[in-house]
Amino acid sequence: MDITPTSPTSPPPEKQPPLAVDKVSSGKATRPGDRIFLGLSRGSGITLLVVMAAIALFLTVRAASALSKNEGNFLTTFEWNADSAEPSFGIAVLLFGTVVSAIIAMIIAVPVAVGIALFISHYAPRAIAAPLGYVIDLLAAVPSIVYGLWGALFLVPHLEGLYKWFDDYFGWTGILAYNDGTPRSLFTIGILLAIMILPIVTSVSREVFLQSPKMHEEAALALGATRWEVIRMSVLPFGRSGIISASMLGLGRALGETMAVATVLSTSFDIQTSLLDGGGGTIAQNIASGFKEASDDGRDALIASGLVLFLLTLVVNGAARLIVARRKEYSGANA
Amino acid sequence: MKLQRKNRLRAIAAGALAVSGALVLTACGSDDNSGGDGDKKTNGAIKCDGKGKILASGSSAQRDAMDLWVKDFGNECKDISVNYKGTGSGAGIQEFLQGKTQFAGSDSALKPEEVTASKKVCKTGQGINLPMVGGPIAISFNVSGVDKLTLDAETVAKIFDSKITKWNDKAIQKLNPDAKLPDLKIQAFHRSDDSGTTDNFTKYLKAAAPSAWPYEPAKAWAGKGGQSADGSSGVAAQVKQVNGAISYFELSYAASNGTKTVDLDTGADAPIPATVENASKAIAEAKVVGTGKDLALKLAYDTKAPGAYPITLVTYEIACDKGNDAGSLAALKSFLGYTASEAGQGSLKELGFAPLPPEVATKVRDTVTTLS
Repeated sequence: MDITPTSPTSPPPEKQPPLAVDKVSSGKATRPGDRIFLGLSRGSGITLLVVMAAIALFLTVRAASALSKNEGNFLTTFEWNADSAEPSFGIAVLLFGTVVSAIIAMIIAVPVAVGIALFISHYAPRAIAAPLGYVIDLLAAVPSIVYGLWGALFLVPHLEGLYKWFDDYFGWTGILAYNDGTPRSLFTIGILLAIMILPIVTSVSREVFLQSPKMHEEAALALGATRWEVIRMSVLPFGRSGIISASMLGLGRALGETMAVATVLSTSFDIQTSLLDGGGGTIAQNIASGFKEASDDGRDALIASGLVLFLLTLVVNGAARLIVARRKEYSGANA
Repeated sequence: MKLQRKNRLRAIAAGALAVSGALVLTACGSDDNSGGDGDKKTNGAIKCDGKGKILASGSSAQRDAMDLWVKDFGNECKDISVNYKGTGSGAGIQEFLQGKTQFAGSDSALKPEEVTASKKVCKTGQGINLPMVGGPIAISFNVSGVDKLTLDAETVAKIFDSKITKWNDKAIQKLNPDAKLPDLKIQAFHRSDDSGTTDNFTKYLKAAAPSAWPYEPAKAWAGKGGQSADGSSGVAAQVKQVNGAISYFELSYAASNGTKTVDLDTGADAPIPATVENASKAIAEAKVVGTGKDLALKLAYDTKAPGAYPITLVTYEIACDKGNDAGSLAALKSFLGYTASEAGQGSLKELGFAPLPPEVATKVRDTVTTLS
C-alpha cells in the first residue's frame, strides 16, 4: 500500500500488487520458489488427510470383521473374551473407565493449570516466571511409563490414608466409598493423568494470557481495578476460548494415555460404584494389555475398541471447536 | 581468556583419555571373557553347522532362557547370529505364519487353525511344536508372621475366586495346623494383561479342582474379584509391597523379590515346594499329544507323583517340520540342537527354569535333526 504512491516510475500501480495476490491465491505462482513451496505445503495438507483416512479405513475394516464374529453385544457386554472360540466382548466398561478417569483428571488439572498460568503471566516476578515455565514444560517431556512407575511405586502407597479419609466423611455417597485393597483405582488414574496433562494445559493457557490486550488491562487499572479484578475483567474473558482449547488438548492426552494406566490400574471387567475401589479399565490400557498375546480375532476386537476411542476423540475435538468458535464472538478477543 | 581455554583443553584431553582408557579396558575385558568361556565349554556340546542369521520372536516367558542360549551359542558359533525378540506368543506366531521369522516361541501349542495356516509358510510341511523351556509357576504370598504355607488346589482356587477371603479361614488353617494365621484380608492379585502364565495357572486350577474353579482356562483372567497388576514384575511387586497379598508368577520373580512361595498339597505323601527340580519331575509325567513330529505336551496338572510340582509352564519353539528356509536350515538345526542338548538345558537352572526331563529332551533332539 505504501509502495504504490511513491513509485510512479514503475509499471501501472494498480496492476502489480493485486496481480501478485491473485496469483498466489489462485495457485498459479510465477516464481519457482513460490511454486515449490505451494506444492510442498499443499502436499503436507493432503498427506495428513490421506493418513487420517487410511487410519479410519483400517480401523473400520478390521473392526467390522471383529464385530461380525462377536457373540455378545458390543455396547452392553461386560466382558472381554475376544480370543475364545465364541468371542464375546463389549466396550461399556472400557468406555466408562476412559471417560470417568479423564473427567477426574480435568476436574483436578484445569483449575490448577489456569492458576499456574496466571501466576506465571501476571503475578510472578520475571526471575521466577521464566524458570517456572521451564519446569512446567519439562513435566511434558517425562515419558508416560516413568509416570506409571512413579504412580505405582510412590503415589499408590501414599494414597491409602487420603482414601480412608474420603471413606470416613464421604463414604455415604457410594461414589467415594473405599474398601480395603490397594488404592489402584480410576480415581488414582485420574490424579496421575491430571499431573500428566498439567504441562500442556498450563503452557497453552499461559501463552493465551500473555497475549491478552495490554490496552484492556491498562484501562482496567486506570479505572482503579485491583490485580484480581484486572484478571477477572480483561484476562479471563479474553483467554476463555484459549483455556477451553488447552483443556481439550489435555483431555485428548488423558483419553489416550496407555502405559501409565496399564502400570497402575487394577483392572476388572465390571463397573464399580465407588471410584476409589480398584477395577474397571480404559480402552488404551486394554489394548496394551491384550495385544501381545492376542490371536488374529482378538487383535481385530482390540482394533474395534481403538475405533471407539478414535471416534470419541473426534467428537471431543469437534465439540471443543464448536465451543471455541462460539465463544470467540463474545470474548472481545478480535477487537 | 587464554587461561580458561587452556583449562578447557586440558579438561577435554583428560576426558578423552578417560574415555579411551575405559574403551581399551572394556575391550580387554570382553576379549578375556569370551576366551575364558570358550575354554571352559566342551566344544562337543555346540555344533556350528551352517551360517547366517536366524530371526525368531515370541513368548516373553522364555526370553531370559533365549538370551542366555543366544549368548552362549554366539560365543561358540561366530558365523551364526540368532536374534530372538520377546514380543509375546501371539505376536510371535503371527510373525512366523507370515514367514518373517525362522521359528517362534510360544507359551501354548499351535491351535488347529494355526497349523492349517502354517502350511502356507512351510510349503511342503507344517508347523510343529518343540517343547524347549519349562518352568514352575510359584504361588507367592506375603503374610507377616507366616514363613511356610501349604495349600491344595481347591483352596487356591477358592482364594483366587474370592470365596475364601481371610487368612485365618478354616480351610487354610486345616492345611497348616502349626501356622499362626492372622485375621487379615486376603488380597489376591492376578495379571491384568493377557498371559500364558495365567493360561497355565488356570489350566491347573481347572484340572486339579474342577468343582472350585468353574471357569474355562484362558490367557485373560476369568475369576471373580481380586485385584490385578501388569506383568509378572507388576504382580510380584504387589506381593512384596502388600501385607496379605497372594499371587502367581514364574519362580524366578519370587527369587528376585525375596517373597515366600506356597508348598502344594497334591495328595502325594508330602507337600511339594516350588523348585525347578520338582517342576522337571512334573514335566516328566506329561504325555506327548502331538502327532508325527509334533511334540506338543499335555501336562499332568492333577499328578500325584511324589515330588512333582504340577503348576508348570512349558513353552515351545515352533518351526516347520519340512520346508524350512533352505538358507538358514543348517544354522536353525545347530541352534535348536544346542538348546535341547544337555548343556543347553542344564544352564537354565540358575535362571529359575526347569530343564526338560531327559526322555523329552532326547525326543526333541531327535526331531530337530530330522527338520528339513
